[in-house]
Amino acid sequence: MSSAAITDTVSPAGVNWHSDEMKARRKARYAADRRLQIYGIIAITFALGFLAILVGSLSFTGYKAFTQTVATVEIVLSTAKVDPANIGEADWRGIVRGALRGLVPDMKRSEERKFFEMFTSSAPFLVRDAVVADPSKLTGKSSFAIPMADPVDQLAKAGISRDVPENQRRINDKQIGIYDQLVANGVISTPFNWGLFFNADSRFPELAGLAGAISGSFWSLLVCFLISFPIGIAAAIYLEEFAPKNRITDLIEVNINNLAAVPSVVFGLLGLAVFLGWMGLPRSAPLVGGLVLALMTLPTLIIVTRVSLKSVPSSIREAALGVGASKHEMIFHHILPLAMPTVMTGAIISLARALGETAPLLLIGMNAFITSPPEGVFAASTALPTQIYIWADSPERGFVSRTSAAILVLLAFLVLMNGIAIFLRQRFERRW
Amino acid sequence: MSGYLLAALALAALVMTFVGSARARATQNGASEKTHSRPIYHGLNAAIWTGVPAFIFLLLWLVGQNSVINQLVIASFPGSESLDATARSLIMSEVRQVAAGNIFKEPTPEIQAAVVHLKSLQQISTAAMVAVVAATMAVGAFFGYRVIDNRYRARHSVERSVTYFMMFSSFVAIVTTLGIIASLVFEAFQFFTKVPVTEFLFGLRWEPQIAIRADQVAGQGAFGVIPVLFGTFVISLISMIVAVPTGILSAIYLTEYADKRFRAVIKPLLEILAGVPTVVYGFFAVLTVAPAVRNLGLSLGIESSPNSALAAGAVMGVMIIPFISSLSDDALAAVPRAMREGSFALGATKGETIRKVLLPAALPGIVGGVLLALSRAVGETMIVVMAAGLIAKMTVNPFDAVTTVTVQIVTLLIGDSEFDNPKTLAAFALGLILFIVTLILNLIALRTVRKYREKY
Repeated sequence: MSSAAITDTVSPAGVNWHSDEMKARRKARYAADRRLQIYGIIAITFALGFLAILVGSLSFTGYKAFTQTVATVEIVLSTAKVDPANIGEADWRGIVRGALRGLVPDMKRSEERKFFEMFTSSAPFLVRDAVVADPSKLTGKSSFAIPMADPVDQLAKAGISRDVPENQRRINDKQIGIYDQLVANGVISTPFNWGLFFNADSRFPELAGLAGAISGSFWSLLVCFLISFPIGIAAAIYLEEFAPKNRITDLIEVNINNLAAVPSVVFGLLGLAVFLGWMGLPRSAPLVGGLVLALMTLPTLIIVTRVSLKSVPSSIREAALGVGASKHEMIFHHILPLAMPTVMTGAIISLARALGETAPLLLIGMNAFITSPPEGVFAASTALPTQIYIWADSPERGFVSRTSAAILVLLAFLVLMNGIAIFLRQRFERRW
Repeated sequence: MSGYLLAALALAALVMTFVGSARARATQNGASEKTHSRPIYHGLNAAIWTGVPAFIFLLLWLVGQNSVINQLVIASFPGSESLDATARSLIMSEVRQVAAGNIFKEPTPEIQAAVVHLKSLQQISTAAMVAVVAATMAVGAFFGYRVIDNRYRARHSVERSVTYFMMFSSFVAIVTTLGIIASLVFEAFQFFTKVPVTEFLFGLRWEPQIAIRADQVAGQGAFGVIPVLFGTFVISLISMIVAVPTGILSAIYLTEYADKRFRAVIKPLLEILAGVPTVVYGFFAVLTVAPAVRNLGLSLGIESSPNSALAAGAVMGVMIIPFISSLSDDALAAVPRAMREGSFALGATKGETIRKVLLPAALPGIVGGVLLALSRAVGETMIVVMAAGLIAKMTVNPFDAVTTVTVQIVTLLIGDSEFDNPKTLAAFALGLILFIVTLILNLIALRTVRKYREKY
């Protein structure tokens, strides 16, 4: 049978499928099909293009904060100037200023104020702390790396253009002249900015770092994990294996699903009213942050754990029960260990989510300005995302690149955690 | 102190595990009849007896001691009988500040006396806590040890304890919900005693910043929620306009047209958009998108604000794309094969099948996904806190600044949390509205998705 014969018999009223009209119709139909495909590709390109611009622009503004312009200054110290028994009391300001004057010998008295402004205003404290840490520097000459103030740092990284009129930039022509002179003398260098990781927060961009935020996030996540992991697994096991099917367990189930979709800021309100207001726990503490994050991650963790328990085949249950294990033994000796890789994957992914969560932490005060890393779960602290929020609100230019750098650090942690989760899944997860 | 106590508890429980199982092993060796539980269960039972009651005591003590101490200090404060709750809490917070060493001005003699009282009470409380917890631990260890016997059903006892723990754990979720509702309703109720409900729900002006002092008569502050809800609506609408077509179209392409390898690479990349923390989107919106949108608006000759609704909404829309995409993906995949093949058999092209068969069949699932995404957009906080405005305006110009419920909650609560002025309490009233709106959206969405799943 030829195809013509079929169309002749089936088509109503003798449609000629090869007529120009039909050809045009077919063409239009195929064009519509292609259009749909193109729309799909455009949608995906838009989404991924946005992602690329996001990462690209953050990297572009952020990479600058990974180096810091410093001036290497030789300072001659002696026990005559600094009392070794009482290092902190010495005139560090005078000592440092004296040493800085040595960098530009022919400085006029009237220009000194502008000159000193080019270096971080905490320079005396930095030198003092370095000497306290290493008293052998008290005798003789040793060199110190003094971070430059934010405007000079921006100039060095081309964040401030020299073409801008003098009255519109935060560094004047004279200072630029001095800067060029310092560069020519080999005083200025831009080493890797370890301060970004080892300093706590500061009002001055050149000294601000993430140590406080990282340890605050660490303590919060530790509390979050210690609470949500056992409770989440226990609740999932109960609901999946033990709970009778009745109204109450139905209620719990609906409730867990809803709780997973409650906006995070509402959990912040809960933390503020209950943990701070009612229980009187300390404000800004990683303990409270961890508690709130634990309540937030709990529903997701329960759902993930239930799914992974469900996926263990019933033959294993029956085999365990068949050789005389109790129900608890069956679950804790057989089912749970087999489900554990998936549970761990889910736990790490929900911890990663908790790490990026900002709004509830703002409400319980983890956006405070704190200049030292927290010493435990009760000490006031910030967290990585709230630190990003604080820096994003700061007007100094240097904080723009610091914020982007902090975001890159946060994203690196997230990538690391998700990478571990994916590795666990691929390495240990069983497919039944 | 409590940290050391916790560590001591854990250590004692561990020791009792070994001691208990050793003793059980010893009794079982000489026994003539069959033993019930393996030695490790006797050990675990002893550990539970040692650790758990003492742990519960410790927690209750830590939770309760502050309020008890506060009451005692306030009760001994001269003239406190005539004060109301607000004044009492003010005195108490001053006493605690001074006790913590944060002295802003020279405290009065009464306060100093109260500080001394507070410190002595705290010492007593800590000492008593250590004593009570240690005693409970010792008694528990004694019982746990004495009960060990050949015929004792230690396994049943342990399993019962584990079951209780699991039941407790599954009630945590319910307690959380109740806690959310209770705290929101309680504080919102406080708010409504200061600002009438009708004014809150139907008022057309939102100017909470004026009402910093309660005694201000001229600038009483306005707490009408309508403009805030309107702003939330505008931004959510913009985000949906961005996210819904993009999400559905990319889902269609990925499920129906793309080959497996393309899908395996692109889908996880799309999911990354959902995994980026919202504070990052917020910063990106401020840094890159908002200036671009403003320039666009100005070049079109429209009045544009630096923190436009369009910038915040568009960035939020991008964040939501993966939700809509993956939920639409599920809905499309759940359409039975027979319907797809029936359509092909009638000579429909792939595009026609998608538009006329798959999409209508998957519509309830897609709508459910869109509703879930909408609830996320309404509750999304950081993007709008950073990129949207603070002033509540009723405007539909997307280049102008509007504010949202979540922005107001955060700005009202950042910095101070005295529970006595309407400004703070207003945040809880807003939180209540937010909770109710998202709850309704979620319930409808979950129901739609589930109902639809049952159909095929």
